[in-house]
Amino acid sequence: MSGADERQRLRPADALRVASIGLRARPLRAALSALGIAIGTASIVAVLGLSASSQAGLLAEIDRLGTNLLTVESGKSISGAPAQLPHEAAARVGHLGAVQAVADAAKVDGVHVYRSPLVPAGNTGGLQVRAASLGLPRVLGIGVAQGAWLNAGTAQAPVTVLGADAAAQLGIDRVGPGVRAWLGDRWFAVAGILGRSPLEPAIDASALVGYPAAARELGYVDVDVDGVSARQSPGGMADDAAAAPGPASAIYVRTARGHEAEVQARLAQTANPAAPAEADVSQPSDVLTARAAAAGAFDSLFLGLGAVALLVGAVGVANIMLISVLERRSEIGLRRALGATRAQIRSQFLAESVLLALVGGGAGVLAGAAATAIYASGKGWAIVIPPQAWAGGLGSALLIGALAGLLPAIRASRLAPTVALRSV
Amino acid sequence: MSGSAQTGRDAEDAPRDLVLELDGVTKTYGHQPPVPALRGVSFAVERGELAAIVGPSGSGKSTLLHVVGTLERPSAGRVRIGGVDVAALDDRALSRLRAREIGFVFQQFFLAEHATVRENVADGLLYAGAPVAERFASADVALEQVGLSHRAGFRPGKLSGGERQRVAIARALVGRPAIVLADEPTGNLDSATGAAIMELLHELHAGGATILMITHDAALAEQLPRQLRVLDGRIVADTRRAAA
Ligand SMILES: Nc1ncnc2c1ncn2[C@@H]1O[C@H](COP(=O)(O)OP(=O)(O)O)[C@@H](O)[C@H]1O
Ligand SMILES: [Mg+2]
Repeated sequence: MSGADERQRLRPADALRVASIGLRARPLRAALSALGIAIGTASIVAVLGLSASSQAGLLAEIDRLGTNLLTVESGKSISGAPAQLPHEAAARVGHLGAVQAVADAAKVDGVHVYRSPLVPAGNTGGLQVRAASLGLPRVLGIGVAQGAWLNAGTAQAPVTVLGADAAAQLGIDRVGPGVRAWLGDRWFAVAGILGRSPLEPAIDASALVGYPAAARELGYVDVDVDGVSARQSPGGMADDAAAAPGPASAIYVRTARGHEAEVQARLAQTANPAAPAEADVSQPSDVLTARAAAAGAFDSLFLGLGAVALLVGAVGVANIMLISVLERRSEIGLRRALGATRAQIRSQFLAESVLLALVGGGAGVLAGAAATAIYASGKGWAIVIPPQAWAGGLGSALLIGALAGLLPAIRASRLAPTVALRSV
Repeated sequence: MSGSAQTGRDAEDAPRDLVLELDGVTKTYGHQPPVPALRGVSFAVERGELAAIVGPSGSGKSTLLHVVGTLERPSAGRVRIGGVDVAALDDRALSRLRAREIGFVFQQFFLAEHATVRENVADGLLYAGAPVAERFASADVALEQVGLSHRAGFRPGKLSGGERQRVAIARALVGRPAIVLADEPTGNLDSATGAAIMELLHELHAGGATILMITHDAALAEQLPRQLRVLDGRIVADTRRAAA
């Protein structure tokens, strides 16, 4: 019923100025009291940012490697004994429609790779020897880090190319004349070192040789397995080998995009028509996709720690606000004398608390984003700060500021102005 | 200000422009034991008056000023400001009344150290709803009135005690209130500086301001046109000096 255009609310600019008086008067205290909230927000933003960035990194890698790779591996027979793929399996798979490229590899059992013949035979370092077809790096999307991949000539000779982990394990970091490794019971020249093989990690820990070399130098020759004998060599090479090399243990298939499922459905039957159940078919990118999904699930332990830091920060802000109200009794009394309502005093201290928390939250978001950026760019990932992370960080800071400031603000507004003015 | 009916009071008096009327005002603090600070105070102040409330320490002067300034409600009795009975007003309305009709000056100045002199004075209008430009324009006028225009950009910390009290007086005047209430405005100042402040109050009075000043200093009170003598929560004398 009182005057119509009476203004009981400060203009936003005035409200902000009044709310920031405490912060401007004691910046160090403000900074220290906002530290808890800053740390909490920073850790939450960093956890969310890092999981999003590592997921983006993995997804980018999956994108680079492609999801159109299928693998057929020799599984187990019904009796549980190791099964073999037929010799012509790779060739047959290559004739399937929608198949773009095929490569294969065979694990050579009983043969290991060493730095020198002086290394005791038991110290294999977990490294394996594999015969590989010439198309292997291209099909698996592996780069050549050093030297060169095998060719038709070196595939016949005692020449090996090392997987990334195998090279590191053997202490070989460059290729060139005289760089060699001991395979079986003779020296093999090291022609190259491969890059990482995320789609088939077994390659990383392998020394790779050509099929003809495997047959000739390492004795990986075909033996009759339950009456099935193959004439042709895998991958259509090594025709000239005295004894035909042994069969592939894994066949890698690139399909036309969008035809993965249809090829996958026919792969086992095509590779091993006699015993399709003994051929295991998989899509290696599934593993990476699962890993990407797991990376996207943030670390709840660190989120919890961030939440605890936020809680501690809230208590710190509430504490400092209570002290501030006590210290500023005369200011409160003066403002009441100048015409501030109880509600305006309450708003002032509530806003100051929110402002304090927002300063902490803002600093925390920046710090968390910076930590994410530094870590992600170090890993070569895209820097992803999900909007929920920074919006949530600022939002929770706002909420915390409001909660922490509630009691101090109510106390300030209930202070009798005369008591506030006498207390000097 | 508001249009509520307050006419017909004191019908026997000639119509006077009363800024302030107190009628049987008491104020008791606490419950057990109750401390009576005011025990039935009645007086009125006309527009344009300069009056002193004088009495020894603990006699109830500050309490009286707080009741008059609506910072505290009386235990009993009636306070009217500009004809409006303040008992009927809620916190918002009382705050509005303080923002527009009452200016306070305190012994301790109460200036904001992190704001300039001009900002301190302009903040006298902060809660009156005036826009920024108007607040600063009024602040410049008030600073001119108290002779501190040249200090407008200073922080209070750079000023002398007398100058600080002038800033506080300018802040009280900036909204052109109906009445200025000053509680021991010279209490923290040396006598020469205090005399200059008294001179300023006289000038402002001459310019039309209504001022009620509290002091324990009888000699200071003697200089003013009217003295209300307070003892143990009662007005024991109300004397006016013959106009000079
Ligand atoms: N908030 C309060 N609570 C209790 N007693 C008070 C309060 N304020 C003032 N008093 C008492 O009221 C009396 C008058 O005080 P005050 O008005 O400050 O006197 P003066 O300003 O004349 O020195 C004193 O006895 C004082 O102790
Ligand atoms: Mg007093």
